[in-house]
Amino acid sequence: MFFWQLVVSGLSIGSLYALVALGIVLLYRTSRVLNFAHGDMSMISTMVAYSLLTVAGVAFGPAAVLTLAAGFALGALFYFFVLRPVKEATLLGQIITTAGFSLVLSGLAVVVWGADTKVLPFPLSRAVVYRIAGVSVNQVALGSFAVAVVAMLGLYVLVQKTRFGLAMRAVSQNDVAARVLGIPVRRVFAVTWGVSATLGAIAGMLLAPVTLVNPSMMFDPFLKGFAGAVLGGLDSLPGAIVGSLIIGVAENLFGGYVSTSLRTTVAFLIIIAVLLVRPEGLFGHKFMRRV
Amino acid sequence: MRNVESRYQGRVTVLRGLSLTVQEGQLAVVLGSNGAGKTTLLRTISGLIPDQPEKGVIEFEGKRLNGLDPEDIAALGIAHVLEGRGVFPELTVMENLLLGAYRRADRAGVREDLERVFGLFPRLKERHRQLAGLLSGGEQQMLAIGRALLGRPRLLLLDEPSVGLAPKLVSEIFQVLKEINRQGTTMLLVEQNARVALEVADYGFVLETGRIVLEGSAEQLKANENVQEMYLGVQKETSVKGYRRWKPKRRWA
Repeated sequence: MFFWQLVVSGLSIGSLYALVALGIVLLYRTSRVLNFAHGDMSMISTMVAYSLLTVAGVAFGPAAVLTLAAGFALGALFYFFVLRPVKEATLLGQIITTAGFSLVLSGLAVVVWGADTKVLPFPLSRAVVYRIAGVSVNQVALGSFAVAVVAMLGLYVLVQKTRFGLAMRAVSQNDVAARVLGIPVRRVFAVTWGVSATLGAIAGMLLAPVTLVNPSMMFDPFLKGFAGAVLGGLDSLPGAIVGSLIIGVAENLFGGYVSTSLRTTVAFLIIIAVLLVRPEGLFGHKFMRRV
Repeated sequence: MRNVESRYQGRVTVLRGLSLTVQEGQLAVVLGSNGAGKTTLLRTISGLIPDQPEKGVIEFEGKRLNGLDPEDIAALGIAHVLEGRGVFPELTVMENLLLGAYRRADRAGVREDLERVFGLFPRLKERHRQLAGLLSGGEQQMLAIGRALLGRPRLLLLDEPSVGLAPKLVSEIFQVLKEINRQGTTMLLVEQNARVALEVADYGFVLETGRIVLEGSAEQLKANENVQEMYLGVQKETSVKGYRRWKPKRRWA
């Protein structure tokens, strides 16, 4: 029973890593840019949520919606005002730009919100525990898992079932061809950045009850999400989910049976093992081309 | 376009003071050997080379194209069929075609054009649910052309549609291109395969090392001695040893 207990809580935290990972993979697929500012963008969105809930006294529902909108705006604005002006930079240059933006955001967070740890008022409680088939799950874990699943379904519908999603997939496969067909590539990129940052904002808010709110709250989840993305294959959305769930469950099992302090390490050991066997990740594409 | 110069990375000058005009309704062809600048010419027109052209003016229906983004140029009605086809390999044929009509809101018109494309290329209709990456080279070329047509372009730029295709398929595709042109789409075609290209074209340009060295109607070009020698492979004097030791002197213009 202890085993299943660990698996269930691992899946819950893994689903949040998956949201982080999806944001990273979504951007990587469309623009080949690895967004190192992803964690800090999520953190800023969570700070916004904190301000709305405590300072402005907005109810949780509207505050959550406003936070997601802020997250979307942050992503889209970053694309238009930072990344687009440097469009002639190499890919590596763009990636370094996101790393720089990450530092700017964490500095900004300290200046505006302070470096101390805050508690985000959250409508669900960890003290309320449900017992399902002998496994106990607290309300926060259950709720965040449910929200994460809904967010993933939403992303699936957007990417696979809408016209805009079709354009997103086209841009990710051949952006030059997309441009000359007159597909609004700039808008596609901006929206992709926005959606990615929105996923991050959801992850940040759901993580807030666990990590509490402070400028470095997303450091560990970002690394885990990144790890999950690499494990699943950086260009595969389902891979990001599966990879992150594996990371979540594995580190929880290791923490439960062996050592809590080394559980982050084990996540990376798994990655090394998998990448030795499948360098492209579990679901990634091999770099093959038909001649 | 007038007096256009275009470079890569600000260093390598590929087009040197090149001027050409394509009349509405024409099927114009640009002939040239490897490295003459044919692809660069098309990429410069459709805005794919950032911050180029360096000098000169490119105009389409009286509107300057210099410095516009590729998606804005495409929106003006210029479609570019890329070298190497540029289909979206992991989307179906149908999805590829619909992406060509992404900017259009008139569903009825799109459906009509879809039927027209399927009429021109029946093979695309048979395979409309297949992934584009699994098509043969010729089918991918048809898809690329069909996809460009769905944007209802007024000018169609084609980069070497004959590359890598069997001769029979090449003449088939060129016949369709001629047909599309007859239905009212202006075309600028870039080609190494001069024989097939001059067969269908109305007007031609010869591009060498970034300059237009000769232009004229397709008949004039076909009759031109130098074009025959260089691009059509006509030999007047037969060599004694069965091969040529000399390079013919060209006297352009």
